[in-house]
Amino acid sequence: MIETRSLTKNFGLQRVLRGVDLEVAPGEFVALVGPNGAGKTTLLRILATLSRPSFGQARIAGFRLPAAADEARRRLGVVSHHPLLYGDLTAEENLLFYARMYGIRQRAERINTVLKQVGLAARRRDLVRTFSRGMQQRLAIARAVLHEPEVMLFDEPYTGLDQDASAMLDGVLRDVAARGRTVLMTTHDLARGLALADRMVILSRGVIAYSARRGEIDPATFGQTYAAVVN
Amino acid sequence: MEKSSRNLQILNIATILLMVIATGLVFLYAPQERTMGEVQRIFYFHVPSAWVSMLAFFVTLVTSIAYLRSGNPRWDIIGRSSVEVGLIFTLMTILSGSIWARPSWNTWWTWDPRLTTYTIMALIYVAYLMLRQSIEDPERRARLAAVYGIVGFVTVPLTFMSIRWWRTIHPVVIGSGSATAQGGFDMTSPMRLVFFFSLFAFTVLYFCFLASRVRLENLAERVEQMKAKLLSAGG
Amino acid sequence: MSEVSSQKPVAQAQTESETAASRRAKRPLSDYRPLIADYFRAAGAVIWKDLSAERRSKELISAMLVFSLLVVLIFNFALELDRQARENVVSGVLWVTFIFAGTIGLNRSLAMEKDRGSLDGLLLAPVDRSALYFGKAVGNLIFMGLVEAIILPLLSVLFNLPLSHPLLLLVVLLGTVGYAAVGTLLASIAVHSRARDVMLPIMLFPVAIPVLVASVKASAAILAAAGWDEIGLWINLLIGYDVIFVAIAFMVFDYVVEE
Repeated sequence: MIETRSLTKNFGLQRVLRGVDLEVAPGEFVALVGPNGAGKTTLLRILATLSRPSFGQARIAGFRLPAAADEARRRLGVVSHHPLLYGDLTAEENLLFYARMYGIRQRAERINTVLKQVGLAARRRDLVRTFSRGMQQRLAIARAVLHEPEVMLFDEPYTGLDQDASAMLDGVLRDVAARGRTVLMTTHDLARGLALADRMVILSRGVIAYSARRGEIDPATFGQTYAAVVN
Repeated sequence: MEKSSRNLQILNIATILLMVIATGLVFLYAPQERTMGEVQRIFYFHVPSAWVSMLAFFVTLVTSIAYLRSGNPRWDIIGRSSVEVGLIFTLMTILSGSIWARPSWNTWWTWDPRLTTYTIMALIYVAYLMLRQSIEDPERRARLAAVYGIVGFVTVPLTFMSIRWWRTIHPVVIGSGSATAQGGFDMTSPMRLVFFFSLFAFTVLYFCFLASRVRLENLAERVEQMKAKLLSAGG
Repeated sequence: MSEVSSQKPVAQAQTESETAASRRAKRPLSDYRPLIADYFRAAGAVIWKDLSAERRSKELISAMLVFSLLVVLIFNFALELDRQARENVVSGVLWVTFIFAGTIGLNRSLAMEKDRGSLDGLLLAPVDRSALYFGKAVGNLIFMGLVEAIILPLLSVLFNLPLSHPLLLLVVLLGTVGYAAVGTLLASIAVHSRARDVMLPIMLFPVAIPVLVASVKASAAILAAAGWDEIGLWINLLIGYDVIFVAIAFMVFDYVVEE
């Protein structure tokens, strides 16, 4: 579903991604971890079609980026650490806007459904700027699944959330977003990644340095493994 | 690398020769103009300078389009260098025009339409350089500058048209014998010869400046690349 | 690095044209109609969104309006005018006010998207980029129009001159369209620069001179009840400018927003 081959990205003379080879199978949940500056956000932006690679290939659901970017976008749901929401509009209006942008039929019905799924049906007519960060993230997920994408990309979705909000997000992520979909999530939180993902991948200094399925990893020692790989 | 610097040297020498000959022609061969006297000779430097400046900005239009379509940074280097050289010629045009204006019209400057358009054009390209200065990412810088290079050039004829429909006191040199243009004059054959030779010399001068500037920029880029390689290898 | 970056465009260009060609070949004609509907729906959604958000926050309009009032006031004091002078000068004052106020609107309209990161949200939509430009430009046009609708009567009163001639309103419309078209494009560029607030006016003013000249001259001609020869000339120039720059904006906008 997600495929990259020798993916390279340079910003001027700075090489951020140095040949990333990554494959995420359909329905797989991959947690991408790594230190700051490793290139996680850059990789995600390229996969989200928001950025072009300098060299190498990337495919989403078989569609080549950036050539078939439009087709890829139809099948992508993206949640970044910016909520991508408009504070001066209500939750409902935000979803209505994106429903129009994605050309969704039977908008009202679909909006109702996703609002219920993320537990925000009661606050639908409230302005988003009155929402807490946790609520904004849940609405962001609602926005991202509105068009029923096959692939979900999450860029550090837990940033800025407290314990309760994080727990709530866990639930929403598992049930709403991840169910049946291919997911790539970047995170700083190793424990959370281990709890949610089928596979852990470590990105370090612009290349994939480690990849292992959940069954193969001992959660107790993963922290040490991570430190060893990264240094 | 060696070959290109030799070519450049040949170009340099040819340019110097042409400019010397042109100057000689202007002061020794061209006849004195009836109404304006000696000062009219500035015309042979002023007008070619103006035309070449516009050639320079046209070159930037072409390289901007080429850069957007191909993504090849070489186009961007030429485009940016051409703007810089173009602005030099623009300055020369304005200065020489001013020097000519003082004895002829008794004023250093006038807001007549042609001068106004020309100044606006200069400001557009100064804005181009300022835009480049204010964007950090090199790829984005090249791309956005290219877009502005296109937009900027397209406005120049429109600006000129909008202003040509005003009356002008700027001498209309070629073509129009409009009665409203004061201070115009007709060119005799020897004058035409000197003018076109001067135009040729100035065009070669432009290419000479452009080639040097592009070469300088290419060298600077190679230095940056070597620096980056060293830093990443050592650090 | 120069080898890498020169390889990419060629390889990419080949496969891009392959993919695009194969896409074109397989798609039946009836499929294009939904695409056009998608396009206008997306542009319409952007306009609706900007208007709705503005209705709640009133950020843009209030800034533009206050600024325009200040400009008009400053002109009032800066220019000591008798009746004849006022008539000569009103078109100029009108357009200078619109241009300065417009700059504020243009800047903030795009800066808001970039700062809140919502530009990405727009770029994620599976729709042609120029639909985003179209939506933004029309939104800016509407905002400028709202401000103009308030300033025109005000100037009419302050200068004691009737400013409601239908031809004059046409000129205001054409001039604003041209200004909004170029302004939205250049604001999209300026938003990426470090000196964003300063860069937009520096880039925009020289490029908008034909609009300014034609609009001022046309307005003055209309107010002085000049013949159609003169007025028509300027209106034609305005139309020409509008068409040219809308076309250019549509062609290059992709390059401005991609990364």
